[in-house]
Amino acid sequence: MDPSAYTIKQISVFSENKPGRLMAIAGALEEESINILAFSIAEANGFGVVRALVDKPDAAYKKLNAMGFMVSFTDVIAVRMRDQPGGLFEMAKLLSDAGINIEYSYAYSGRDAAVLILRVDQVENAVKAILFRGGNLMKSEDFMAIS
Amino acid sequence: MNTAYWNRDKETLKGDGLEILQSKRLKWTVRQAAEVPFYRDLFRSAGIAPADIQSVRDIEKIPFTTKKDLQQGYPFGFLAVPMKKVVRIHTTSGTTGKPTVVGYTRRDLDNWSELIARNLTMVGLTDDDIFQNAVNYGLFTGGLGFHYGAEKVGMTVIPSATGNTRRQIEMIDDFGVTALHCTPSYAMHIAGVAEKEGTTLPSLKTGMFGAEPWSDNMRKILEEKLGVTAYDSYGMSEMYGPGAAFECQERDGLHIWHDMYYVEIIDPDTGEVLGPGERGELVVTPLVKEAMPLLRYRTGDITMLMEDECPCGRGAKLARFSGRCDDMLVIRGINVFPSQIEHVLRSIPEVGDEFLVYVDRVNHLDEMTIDIELKREYFSGELSDLTRVQNKVVAALREALNLRTRVKLVEPESLPRYEGKAKRVVDRRGDTV
Ligand SMILES: [Zn+2]
Repeated sequence: MDPSAYTIKQISVFSENKPGRLMAIAGALEEESINILAFSIAEANGFGVVRALVDKPDAAYKKLNAMGFMVSFTDVIAVRMRDQPGGLFEMAKLLSDAGINIEYSYAYSGRDAAVLILRVDQVENAVKAILFRGGNLMKSEDFMAIS
Repeated sequence: MNTAYWNRDKETLKGDGLEILQSKRLKWTVRQAAEVPFYRDLFRSAGIAPADIQSVRDIEKIPFTTKKDLQQGYPFGFLAVPMKKVVRIHTTSGTTGKPTVVGYTRRDLDNWSELIARNLTMVGLTDDDIFQNAVNYGLFTGGLGFHYGAEKVGMTVIPSATGNTRRQIEMIDDFGVTALHCTPSYAMHIAGVAEKEGTTLPSLKTGMFGAEPWSDNMRKILEEKLGVTAYDSYGMSEMYGPGAAFECQERDGLHIWHDMYYVEIIDPDTGEVLGPGERGELVVTPLVKEAMPLLRYRTGDITMLMEDECPCGRGAKLARFSGRCDDMLVIRGINVFPSQIEHVLRSIPEVGDEFLVYVDRVNHLDEMTIDIELKREYFSGELSDLTRVQNKVVAALREALNLRTRVKLVEPESLPRYEGKAKRVVDRRGDTV
């Protein structure tokens, strides 16, 4: 098993809390025909970080950076949940049993399953622990395929 | 109109009589300054001897003294008398962490009280008045300066200092306070709290406000809310303290006490002396300062000498002050230079070189917000790292300025870039009131 196959590149973009910033980011990605698969916004005191999973992370990075945005890649993992009642509970229990420390998470509902995206402090250990407990982790290539 | 004078002879001195007195006092001040090593060196490097200064017409032979010079003399380098003769010390906050230290002899304190007594009498106050002095006591010169001047007039002085606004209002009402001295922003705060408490402060009739810039618009609001006639006060520790110049009942410019201060207005860039009606930097030579004489001290404050004679019969007037030539800000009574902020920011590697300071008045208190950019290479993508940098900057600024500030992270390259002199301060306090 190669844990890096399950490591997914999330795009993290610094943004001020002011009108139009999210639109500027989304518009730029659309211009480049980059598909946004999932995103979330984390806000603090006057600013935020827009987090997105896209089908072409390198192209997205290049485009946003050229527009003047501060962008960086963040390694996350994505795990499929049963898209029915109890799916999130099962997953939460698995992560808790595995003792995985989650910095943040967000979810999206894909074609065949709901997906939970996790930022954890130790990616390799988390990947091993989830697979060991029978969790259904997505590979980075799955994201390319979705598009 | 009330035409009472505290010291009619001095206050209304004009023409030759004034020039003779000023010249005599200037010669004394130059001799006093020669006791200070800094001034001995200054005279030597300018190629002048104290005897070359025979009248105020010779004053332009003397080079300027700056705030930086004073700071380099920290702590007692500018004292012209032995410490034994110094009966009090005040300090002001400075640009580089070291404050400016000002010493006073017994005679200095008498002079200072005298000019405060003139101010109070000039605006119609007497020993019948009950005076609440709602400014900082302690190292800040506003408290004790007005306190002793008001006692000299024989007023009933309440040294309420600042804080506990409800108690301040209760005292105004219960003690029948007729005159109030405080910063204009604290006056607004008092007015707001009084309104909530349901009192119109009926006994108050005179408000004296200073230590911060305030607009004519604010004067209208304060007069309406507090039911006072409001007067502007100007001064700084280097000139004893507040009250070196003060509005008379005309309220059209501030009379500078011409027997105690010789004033010039200069072009801050060239140092050229400007005439009446021309705006520039105020340069002051105190004429009676014993412990700490100063010659041609550059105040950094922008004003002009007014051309017309005042109907009250007193001497020269300075126009209300319209800012600083070095961008110095007074935030809640504390001096802040953009260079201090710059120094703090440059010491934090994650922070970019550009910054912009906004000053607002929120609920009648000064609030400073500093926009900064993070350097790209430090962006990890994690919100917590950004918050950590933000907190680090707030803490470093509090340490250096002794002020709580708001720090805002903005997107890279979003702050204005300047080729010439950067405009780093947006003071919006005048906009709100
Ligand atoms: Zn007058």
